[in-house]
Amino acid sequence: MRSAAALAAILIAIAVQTTLAGYIFRGSSTAIDLVLIVVVYVAIKSGPVTGLLAGTVAGLIQDALASGILGIGGLAKTMVGFLSGLLGTQFIVTAPLPRFLLLIVATALHAAIFIGLYTLLNLRQFPAPYPSIVGQAFGNAFVGVVAFQMIEWFPGFVDRRRAGRFLKR
Amino acid sequence: MALADIRQRPGVVLAAAILLHVVLISAQVNTASGLPVLQVVTFGSFSEVQRGTMAVIDGVRGMWTGYIALQQVQEENNALKQELQTLQVRLQQERAEAQRTDNLRQLLELRERANLDTVAAEVIAGAASPDFKTVTIDKGSSESLDTDMAVISPAGVVGRIILPSRRASKVQLLIDRNAAAGALIERTRVQGVVVGVGDGMMRMQYVPGTADVKTGDLVVTSGIDGIYPKGFVIGTIDHADRGVGAYHEIVIRPAVDFARLEEVLIVRTPPASRAVTAEEPKK
Repeated sequence: MRSAAALAAILIAIAVQTTLAGYIFRGSSTAIDLVLIVVVYVAIKSGPVTGLLAGTVAGLIQDALASGILGIGGLAKTMVGFLSGLLGTQFIVTAPLPRFLLLIVATALHAAIFIGLYTLLNLRQFPAPYPSIVGQAFGNAFVGVVAFQMIEWFPGFVDRRRAGRFLKR
Repeated sequence: MALADIRQRPGVVLAAAILLHVVLISAQVNTASGLPVLQVVTFGSFSEVQRGTMAVIDGVRGMWTGYIALQQVQEENNALKQELQTLQVRLQQERAEAQRTDNLRQLLELRERANLDTVAAEVIAGAASPDFKTVTIDKGSSESLDTDMAVISPAGVVGRIILPSRRASKVQLLIDRNAAAGALIERTRVQGVVVGVGDGMMRMQYVPGTADVKTGDLVVTSGIDGIYPKGFVIGTIDHADRGVGAYHEIVIRPAVDFARLEEVLIVRTPPASRAVTAEEPKK
């Protein structure tokens, strides 16, 4: 059940990333990676195995939809999912700040693997990548923390609304 | 259940996922030489597997051929030994054939040299009794052979025909006790009679004690017996003693090795003395 939900979240994130993200973050030099955020969330909620599987699936789909080498993004997100899940099991990452930091680290790791492999295989050049990486890391962290809080806040909010209606009656 | 097991082993899953991605990436990336990384890595890895496999196979094969298959080697060894024996026999046959050819060549040379009517024959049997020194040859009266015809060989005088049949003849060797031939010492022309003594040697009789006789002197046929043509080698003087009587006691070593006699010539031309004797009544 949790795996199905994770897969659904990934698909939604990819759909949003490929359709709405361009509108939402138009004019910004920061490229938010919604799929990465979903992978990290699934990982800290479900553990390293689910995290890496989610990363694999999400990365491969993302690679398939992109024009790059199939597998490089998948490998990067697999590693991110696994390590995020591992950190989620070893540390308490329920508060916004640890999640913020985790998302920054996850984005940096993803970029390091992604850019590193492309550079290592001499497939693509990344002139001065650090500003964009830093921007993406903070952007992902901000959006991710907000999204995580909303996701976790929304079920409680609905319950409270239902409970309030019931009491008014 | 299986999913739960996988969850208990994140390292394995991670390794599998990484391997999957590496393979996937390698399939799409070319090396500096232009070949796909997957192909290069796969080939490189598989070549090592092949090398290892071949090493194992070579080891097993070496063990098999070096130890386990020794039974087959033994069989092969036995077969080779048998073949070797066969070849050795064949070699001996070839040598015998070559020897026979050589003997026949010598016989042919003798035939041409002697300028006699001769016929070649092969010794097919030895003496029936050790007391008699005879051989049987494969030619007989069908080849116009008759009694008292001389039998010679390239080495010297062999004997005479004593019993011809249609297709074979018995030859009395010169070393037989009852054999005798007119002889002379080639160096001094001293005449005598050579007789067999039955032990492989011969004696020369009736050589005057005053005659010059030396060990090693060659003794040849004199032709006066009417059997053996003149001038054929009988043997050499082995030793000569001044006897108590008027004659030398001379022992002659035969020139012919009678133990290895194989091919001989039978002289169908009678000696001059006998020819004259035979022609005289006609006159």
